[in-house]
Parts: sequence; C-alpha cells; structure tokens
Amino acid sequence: MTHDEIRAQVSHALTSVAPEIDPASLNPSAPLRDQVDLDSMDFLRFVVEVHTRLGVAVPEADYAKLTSLDAIADYVASRQ
Amino acid sequence: MIEFRMPSLGADMEAGTLVQWLKQPGDALSKGDIIAVVDTDKGAIDIEVFQDGILDRALVSPGEKVPVGAPLATIRTIGEPAGAVPVAAPPAAASTPAAVSPEPGSARRERRASPGARKAAEELHVDIASVDGTGPEGAITREDVERAASRRRRTGREGFEGMRTAIGAAMSRSKREIPHLYLSTTVDMTKSLAWLTAENETRAVERRLLPIALLVKAVARAAREVPEVNGFWRDDAFRPADGVHVGCAIALRDGGLVAPAIHDTDHRSLDEVMNGLTDLVARARAGTLRSSELSDPTITVTNLGDLGVETAFAIIYPPQVAIVACGRVVQRPWVSDGRIEPRSVMTASVSADHRVVDGRRAGRFLAAIERWLQTPELL
Repeated sequence: MTHDEIRAQVSHALTSVAPEIDPASLNPSAPLRDQVDLDSMDFLRFVVEVHTRLGVAVPEADYAKLTSLDAIADYVASRQ
Repeated sequence: MIEFRMPSLGADMEAGTLVQWLKQPGDALSKGDIIAVVDTDKGAIDIEVFQDGILDRALVSPGEKVPVGAPLATIRTIGEPAGAVPVAAPPAAASTPAAVSPEPGSARRERRASPGARKAAEELHVDIASVDGTGPEGAITREDVERAASRRRRTGREGFEGMRTAIGAAMSRSKREIPHLYLSTTVDMTKSLAWLTAENETRAVERRLLPIALLVKAVARAAREVPEVNGFWRDDAFRPADGVHVGCAIALRDGGLVAPAIHDTDHRSLDEVMNGLTDLVARARAGTLRSSELSDPTITVTNLGDLGVETAFAIIYPPQVAIVACGRVVQRPWVSDGRIEPRSVMTASVSADHRVVDGRRAGRFLAAIERWLQTPELL
C-alpha cells in the first residue's frame, strides 16, 4: 500500500468517527486534535477503525505518536 | 386493546413529531421492539413498545406533531379481535386514523450491500432499501449507511436551537426548583490507571477500556450503597429507583447534549459498560437512541476531562436528584506513607438535591466512588 493510499484510509477512518469533517480542509502536518473535536471515546473508535482498515494495532503506549495525519500515516507505514 | 401513547423522554419534553412507522398493522410486537421514530428537541428517537401484542391501527401520520401522552396507535393483545375498544379514550382530539405505510419512495429495492453495511443498518435501525449506494456499481457501503443514519438526526440551526431551548428549560427549572448542594474530592487515580494500562495490554484494540468506564461503574456501585442519590423527586417526595441506570452525558457533534442510560449499570461488567458507552455515543450522534434510554436514567455522570477541565460542578437533570462530574486526570505531588510522590489525580464532584440528601449522605456517596476507584479489579 502506498503512502497516499494509507493516508486515504486514515482519512476514511477519521470521517467514519466524525462524519462532519472534511479531510481536505485539515493541515496534515498540524496536530489533529487542535483541528478536530475528538474526545477519548472518538479517539479509541478512530484507532479501532485504523486497525480494521489497515491491519495495524496501535498500542496505547504509542497513542502519543499519532499527533497529525502525516504522523499517523508514517506510523502505519512503518508497521505494515 | 391498549393505547400506545407518545412517551415522555424527560421533564422538559412536551411534544414529539412522528417521523416514521417501523411496524405495519398486523405485525407482532414484543416488549422492547422499536415501533416508530419520533423527532423531539433531543433529536430523532427510536420509540419502543412495552408490551407484547399486535399493532392494530396507527392514529398518527408521519409529520404530525402530538403532545406527550397522546395516543399514537392501538395495540391488541394476542387473540384479541381487531377493532376492539381501546382501554382508554384519547386525551386529546384523535387524529385522523392513518394506515401505516412505509415512507414515501421507500419501496423495497433489491440493492447490493456489503456485509458491513447490512450490519450497520441493523445496528443503526436504518432501512437499507432507502440508502443511496456510492460503492462499485451503486453498492451500499457501511459509510453510506452511517451517513443515512446521520441525516435522520435534525441538523442546522432549527435543530440546534430546539435542543438549546429544551436544555435551557430543564436547567432553568432545575436551578429554580432544586436546592443544589455541591461536594468535591480529589481521587487518586494511580491504581485505576495502572490497572487499566496492564489490562489493555492484554486486549485487542476493539476491546480496550477507557477510564470513563471505570468511573461509570464506580458511580453505579456507590449509588447502590447510597440509594438516596438514585431516584426521582416527584409529587413533592423522593421516589427511589428500582434499579441503577446511569445516564452518561454525551456531547453531540453539532452542539447540544443527551444523557442516555446504561440500564442496570451496577450489574454489568466493565466490558458491558464500555460496550454500552461505545454504542450510546455512536447512536446518540447518529440519532438512533431508544426512548427508554432517555427516560430511564436514575443518576447522571458527566466527564469534561477530555476538554482539559480540572473541576466541574454540574446541574441536576430533573426529576433526578444527583449528578456526578469529573475533570481531567493530572499529575500532582501527593503525600503517601509520609513521602511526597507524583500521583495521577482527578477531581470528582457530586451535585445533589438537598431536599433528598444532606451533605453527610452525599459525602458518603462521593467517598464510595473514590473507594471503588481504588479497587478497579473489583468493579
């Protein structure tokens, strides 16, 4: 899977949790939680969606690494 | 013959608009079945029946707004002939009887849908035949179903203002009529979080627990110990509830909030509480809550910690008599066994109705929550 394909799947995972988000309007390198209203339940659902779509299970200890769309895509790419 | 009436989904609800019938005349009904979707100031709600029987007649058509208590349909018991006289006459002028029919334009169509889409349609009570597919060759995807469910919820200024009006009415009434007392304590969350971290390391992603699940369960166990905080103020007297049904405040993405219940919270495992929370959040935001989930909470929990709030004191949602609020977990110096060490702590507060409980009982309730959070393995 290419980096762009991973990014697209990450965006789908995000919109499945928060349908009102337009991923194209997000700055991919800026902190995600500064741009999107995600509470802890939303974030867990997002991590579950990433696992379902991309087969990467993110341990809780790594949550802090999932700061931006770019960081999430990089994280997933490094574990596929 | 039984009259099925517009239910009250909270002290502030006066009327609802029928959106859709989900059962047809002649359909068998079991207790808990969803019979209709009703639009309220809290959004679209799935309305359940509370008796077995057969749907006899619909008395209200989609689009009609009727007051709480007005008959929506007649239900006959098994073996009862059709057209029997209902048990009670309608309290308001009866609407023109309407045949129950599917939504216009929702004629059944054979559509291709992914297994995930069918599962989502079942979970979110969406008629899959009415969903527009965006997948290959028009196939319906899970996202299509979730979008359709979202659309059922009223959006835009009208829906937002309606919910703000309802919240404003309930909170004004609460502050006007209920003599609130407020207590708070700092809870050492170190053991709970350590237990949670170790527990989650053994779990698959989709089975992980969040701290809010521990808090909700701890509140339920504490409410069982101090039953004066679990119930309703009605007719100038406290009515203790039969069960502990913790309402969980959920912020909606376009503004407003709802607080549906996890039924019998004190008897549920942490996994069941977590699954219940996940399910309620998804359905609250999709507009597919059930009527009993909104009408049954006996005490409410609100968590503002995700927003960075350290301390919150909430307003009681009448006719309930108590609400618990918690803030974010922060690292603070803590004295333990004569030594100062960093600990993860959280401020928890209770707002209680002073007509029902005094500070001592409310304090005992708060202490019980704190005690349960020191033994997460027992929750």
